[in-house]
Amino acid sequence: MNKTLTHLQRLEAESIHILREVVAEADNPVMLYSVGKDSAVMLHLAKKAFYPSPPPFPLMHVDTTWKFQAMYNLRDKAAKDAGMELIVHQNPEAKAKGINPFDHGSLHTDMWKTEGLKQALDKHGFDVAFGGARRDEEKSRAKERVFSFRSANHRWDPKNQRPELWRLYNAKKAKGESVRVFPISNWTELDIWQYIHLEGIEIVPLYFSAPRPTVERDGLILMVDDDRFPLRDGEEPKMRSVRFRTLGCYPLTGAVESEAQTLPEVIQEMLLTTTSERQGRAIDHDQSASMEKKKQEGYF
Amino acid sequence: MTTNDPIYKTDALIAQDIDAYLEAHQHKTMLRFITCGSVDDGKSTLIGRLLYDSKMIFEDQLAALEADSKRVGTQGQEIDFALLVDGLAAEREQGITIDVAYRFFATEKRKFIVADTPGHEQYTRNMVTGASTADLAVILIDARKGVLTQTRRHSYLVHQLGIRHIVLAVNKMDLVDYDQATFDEIVADYKTFAESIGIEGFTPIPISGFKGDNITGPSENTPWYKGPSLLPYLEAVEVDVTSDQERPFRMPVQWVNRPNLDFRGFSGLIASGTVKPGDEVRVLPSGKTSKVARIVSLEGDRDTAVAGESTTITLADEIDCSRGQVIVAAKEPLEVADQFESTLVWMDETELVPGRAYWLKIGTQTVSATVHEPKYEVNVNTQEHLATKTLDLNAIGVANITTDREIPFAPYGENRDLGGFILIDKMTNQTAAAGMINFALRRAQNIHWQATDIGREHHANMKHQKPAVVWLTGLSGSGKSTIANIVEKKLARMNRHTFLLDGDNVRHGLNKDLGFTEADRVENIRRVGEVAKLMTDAGLIVVTAFISPFRSERDMVRAMMQPGEFLEVFVDTPLEVAEARDVKGLYAKARAGQLKNFTGIDSPYEAPENAEMRIDTTAINPEEAADLIIERLIP
Repeated sequence: MNKTLTHLQRLEAESIHILREVVAEADNPVMLYSVGKDSAVMLHLAKKAFYPSPPPFPLMHVDTTWKFQAMYNLRDKAAKDAGMELIVHQNPEAKAKGINPFDHGSLHTDMWKTEGLKQALDKHGFDVAFGGARRDEEKSRAKERVFSFRSANHRWDPKNQRPELWRLYNAKKAKGESVRVFPISNWTELDIWQYIHLEGIEIVPLYFSAPRPTVERDGLILMVDDDRFPLRDGEEPKMRSVRFRTLGCYPLTGAVESEAQTLPEVIQEMLLTTTSERQGRAIDHDQSASMEKKKQEGYF
Repeated sequence: MTTNDPIYKTDALIAQDIDAYLEAHQHKTMLRFITCGSVDDGKSTLIGRLLYDSKMIFEDQLAALEADSKRVGTQGQEIDFALLVDGLAAEREQGITIDVAYRFFATEKRKFIVADTPGHEQYTRNMVTGASTADLAVILIDARKGVLTQTRRHSYLVHQLGIRHIVLAVNKMDLVDYDQATFDEIVADYKTFAESIGIEGFTPIPISGFKGDNITGPSENTPWYKGPSLLPYLEAVEVDVTSDQERPFRMPVQWVNRPNLDFRGFSGLIASGTVKPGDEVRVLPSGKTSKVARIVSLEGDRDTAVAGESTTITLADEIDCSRGQVIVAAKEPLEVADQFESTLVWMDETELVPGRAYWLKIGTQTVSATVHEPKYEVNVNTQEHLATKTLDLNAIGVANITTDREIPFAPYGENRDLGGFILIDKMTNQTAAAGMINFALRRAQNIHWQATDIGREHHANMKHQKPAVVWLTGLSGSGKSTIANIVEKKLARMNRHTFLLDGDNVRHGLNKDLGFTEADRVENIRRVGEVAKLMTDAGLIVVTAFISPFRSERDMVRAMMQPGEFLEVFVDTPLEVAEARDVKGLYAKARAGQLKNFTGIDSPYEAPENAEMRIDTTAINPEEAADLIIERLIP
């Protein structure tokens, strides 16, 4: 009797196939780990793909020093649980200059993330980096390949990407070139949540609602996660019942007011909501096609 | 009913009982389909409409969309759905889709992945890419224009790629006043064509992506149409992945899982069939048999695994099995061969060079392969067979392929994973072509190696030497022949049995039918390689002096030889120096335009990257160069 595979089973099989294909063909792969829900799913898939071996590559976090504390806690635990080496890279130049999201605007993302990532990949000589990007996140990503080739200076050329046929990925590359591989390209936000629910994957508690100290600024509800948050005149942290739909640097990540304390409630809220996921991130609001520009420059 | 109200907007269950909703939605199936049509058939609009109607558009996106529609939209003040899916900035300005984009939406029954593929003639490669993973194709036709050349091209490709479900969406019905006669005429036209190329059936639906007719439900504008609406049809159509389970078990081994000495698992995605512990299996091409011991997973051992799943199995016996081999049902093995007839879709800017070696990736295996001169190219508009010597970007043709070793395979028509392959250019690493194996050539099965009693070792032992090929490569006038001649003289003095193959000399005999085109130069080197190989079998030390400008051919010759018997020597002379010497006066002729395809002038020389030796002729003389080579050859 035939067994009908569900959409999640087919997505899982495809992602595991991609993870294994890279390990079989790459010289020195690494998994970029952002501690968000997509990273959590990607890491879980890696555990499944290589069991009983631990995933045969390190986890790397390109840190900005401005993530939520709860993210740092889960990051260290997740790497330990998976039996994987954790590499944390902080751009020394950004550190020396004290680059922060309050004073430096988009320079913050450029230096900590875009430059930081390039530095880290070069420093360790990684030729393939797994990333947790999904095609449904943003319009220009819908056209991104699963294997995305970068020139020796990490640039992405949308006109010069290889066709991907069947399940055959051409991973050949010249010296100095690298590949970003997105194993969960074909997952949607709902797929991710459903899978986390089904598989009982641990995620950062910030995704669930709790009373948190917040201020409202420029239309975003921001969490005062530590005492580096410079309060403006008249601003006073106020306890609000909030959660986050997406996680990044805490001063750049808007919260939503919510009572969803369990995963089904979060999913329910997501399904009933009427604004898209990235709206809580300041980075996208610059201009239309901003993500595409960032990508060409080497932002993940 | 013309509907602008998204019918999938909110599932009441979400609000009432989220757990029940999740339970139901975890059991959805998945359908992958492609949309194809000509430039203005309204593909993007249709996809935008599907996203909109299945509530994949959020308020903020809708607000942005409304603003964009007014600014750059092509639909006046109305919402331009096409803007939702046209992603890259450059395309938005041009108003066309130029690449394959993948879109996602879901209804209560299914998750859908849509490959949005372009209609431009020059982008066939993108359409083939999108079709390679699709279960179904939606072919769009503009009701005002009917069946076009592009429609035929796309239908032919979809059929070639083995897609069995085709929807003929006759779009823009609103612009022909929902006229039944127009629709019927187009369907009749298409039917005649479809049958002529072997398409067994298709489902025609009159729609308007812009207005929403017959998308989610029957439209009151087409009371004469009694068939299914698009979305309900897509929800109901049967997908291929389940029927694959009924075929014999096949799993290409992707990775060998070896955490410690006590565990050896074979990981892969099951291409067809099912597997359970105790099943007898065979490893191809070695043919060794064993039984499945366990199906291992993070959640514990499993009783069974089926086609479409990524799994890890262990075998009862310690037998050799590595990446690229295929584990199959013992009683129903795959065919194994090294010569195939295949259909190729050329995807690279650089045209096919017959005889040149490419990487061929099939399943989890990458081998070296040469493509013979195509039997014919297919005019995809008329399906006529045209004579050709090569295939260039977007061309489709049929050619024989020889691999450097035997590979297990299935004809593409039986299994996409075991019969679909890509060719990779060895120099640029670009994906050069998509290929589909039609069948193995009987030649491959009928021509066997005749085992001879006097082997190559015997020949070599009689001569008290180790056979080798010293392959001198470099520009014309670099000094290859001079050095080769000295090397051979010195070896003769040492009582070594040698033979010198010289570029100019072989063109007087063995290769006098060849010219200087890229294809001929490849063939020139291939023949010389084969001759050199026979000579090493005879125990000789072969010295060759050929420009051999292309890396891939030198690598091809290297691959023919026994490991360690090929010594590539790069005779490195800068172009200015070689040209200044111009012993044969050829550079002058080439500069004057009297000699075409001259290496270094109007044809490239690809310097070796991993040659065993490099001779800098500006630093040492030929005598010293010969000594260095002999030192390396006979330490």
